[in-house]
Amino acid sequence: MTLNEIINPANLVYSKTKVMNDTPMHYCPGCSHGVVHKLIAEVIEEMNVQEKTIGIAPVGCAVFAYKYLDIDWQQAAHGRAPALATAVIRLLPDRLVFTYQGDGDLAAIGTAETIHAANRGENIAIIFINNGIYGMTGGQMAPTTLEGMKTSTSPNGRKIELNGNPLNMTDLLARLPGTCYVTRQSVHNVANVRKTKKAIRLAFENALAHKGTSVVEVVSTCNSGWKMTPADANTWMVDNMFPEYPLGDIKNL
Amino acid sequence: MEEVRLMKGNEAIAHAAIRCGCDGYFGYPITPQSEIMETLMELEPWNSTGMVVLQAESETSSINMVYGAAGCGKRAMTSSSSPGVSLMQEGISYIAGAELPCVIVNVMRGGPGLGTIQPSQADYFQAVKGGGHGDYHMIVLAPNSVQEMADHLCLAFDLAFKYLTPAMILADGVIGQMMEKVVLPPFRPRLTEKEISEKYPWATLGKPQTRNPNIINSLRLESDEMEELNLLLQKRYAQIEQNEVLYETFLCEDAEYLIVAFGTSSRVSKKAVELARAEGIKVGLLRPITLFPFPKIPISQLANQVKGMLTVEMNAGQMIEDVRLAVNGRVSVEFFGRMGGIVPSPDDVLDALKTKIVN
Repeated sequence: MTLNEIINPANLVYSKTKVMNDTPMHYCPGCSHGVVHKLIAEVIEEMNVQEKTIGIAPVGCAVFAYKYLDIDWQQAAHGRAPALATAVIRLLPDRLVFTYQGDGDLAAIGTAETIHAANRGENIAIIFINNGIYGMTGGQMAPTTLEGMKTSTSPNGRKIELNGNPLNMTDLLARLPGTCYVTRQSVHNVANVRKTKKAIRLAFENALAHKGTSVVEVVSTCNSGWKMTPADANTWMVDNMFPEYPLGDIKNL
Repeated sequence: MEEVRLMKGNEAIAHAAIRCGCDGYFGYPITPQSEIMETLMELEPWNSTGMVVLQAESETSSINMVYGAAGCGKRAMTSSSSPGVSLMQEGISYIAGAELPCVIVNVMRGGPGLGTIQPSQADYFQAVKGGGHGDYHMIVLAPNSVQEMADHLCLAFDLAFKYLTPAMILADGVIGQMMEKVVLPPFRPRLTEKEISEKYPWATLGKPQTRNPNIINSLRLESDEMEELNLLLQKRYAQIEQNEVLYETFLCEDAEYLIVAFGTSSRVSKKAVELARAEGIKVGLLRPITLFPFPKIPISQLANQVKGMLTVEMNAGQMIEDVRLAVNGRVSVEFFGRMGGIVPSPDDVLDALKTKIVN
């Protein structure tokens, strides 16, 4: 194939979604955030809902999510995204409203906001990135940090008697009557990327259909925080994170 | 003819909210202001104007719901009392930093801590000096009657949207709980989404193809960008101080002494002024209606006329600092107050005037 044939629009087989802009991402190479951002953008384009989508960005590495997707955004205080989303969907009930939250945001400081929004059955989608660590602030222990896992605030590994147990928020959320769809996915290989995209699409469709709260947890890597190469981080996630946070649908009504 | 009704200050807030086109109320119960949400739930405005009323899981959530609603260009409000307003400070700071309008009602009770459910004015510093982190102010209105509770709510929304800043109604348990005559404000319709998108082009209503994304945000990682926002906010506060000062004077024309008091204290002080006048003491009253912006200029002018000033507050002496700044040492400024939820009597104020100022 010649260069001219390759760049001929008639031969186009794949292009970046228009919902995603060209701003260079601040995420570390190997980080899962970029992949999940792209999936959300693709789903928004495929559902043709760019004009009616309002995203709520968290505090954490994804604080800058608003830079990359060309939709309206609100940037919340740490953990408060579901409270903002509640007000937005109540006042604009025909919009697509989603939050994008990390494990510190959703499972520590925003536990109350998350559980109560889901328990009220707010018609929103919650995208939950669980990498078991605080990435933005430099690798501190998260509520989802595994037992024995080393972080800058658990330098000798998380000890249950000292730090308590890892918190499985997604299992908790699935037990609430307000949630209609709760699933746990990952984006470490092509097959799982495709499954995560399908999950995001279903969550967004549920929100628009006013079926209640949908939660898509994406078990993710933080190779910088974990101090591993991206490839090693993926392997470590499969071996260590997946037993604690197994993939698959937990609830799908 | 205007209909005169009898109701509590808290109830007046609820009625006024519906009438002034409020889009959303988000709150959490706390004494002595729970009648605000109770009245709204009773009135069911979602069936009439479409206003959303939601009981949140905490004051933290309430104020962040207000943040989300305000980001959509909606008229959003919350109400609480002192301990609850402390919990809201994070959200208020974000709202100020994101340049969003909203209204917060604080029906103050005594503190610190869980304190008492009795009335107090001890949150003056918190309301007037910022309260949360970072360099910001709120517009602060201090009603002293049930009528003003209703009127100030509409005014607070107008000022908040004019200057894109949170506005607080700083009432106390007396004003919230007492019943008085009130003429409710006329009905103003809620804005349509089309009107919102025209009037507030920054609102996050969903991005049409014709514009760039709207982003509601208080984050400025680069120092020069942060300072740019700080300077913009300070400029706005200077405009507020220039344009929006409200106060009321009583018998100040020939006054040799001045009492400065707001809210419930101003009503007690007004009676004390009448008692003092009956004894031949020429005292006047200045009541700040806006606490931020503070009526610095009229107080400064009266400092050239009177021999001394007394601030009367239901706290340990907070507004006195702003009065002293306005007076700048020209006359003595003394303080009289009660704490713990105790409302001073006019005789108490008269005694304090005599012992601290006149003699």
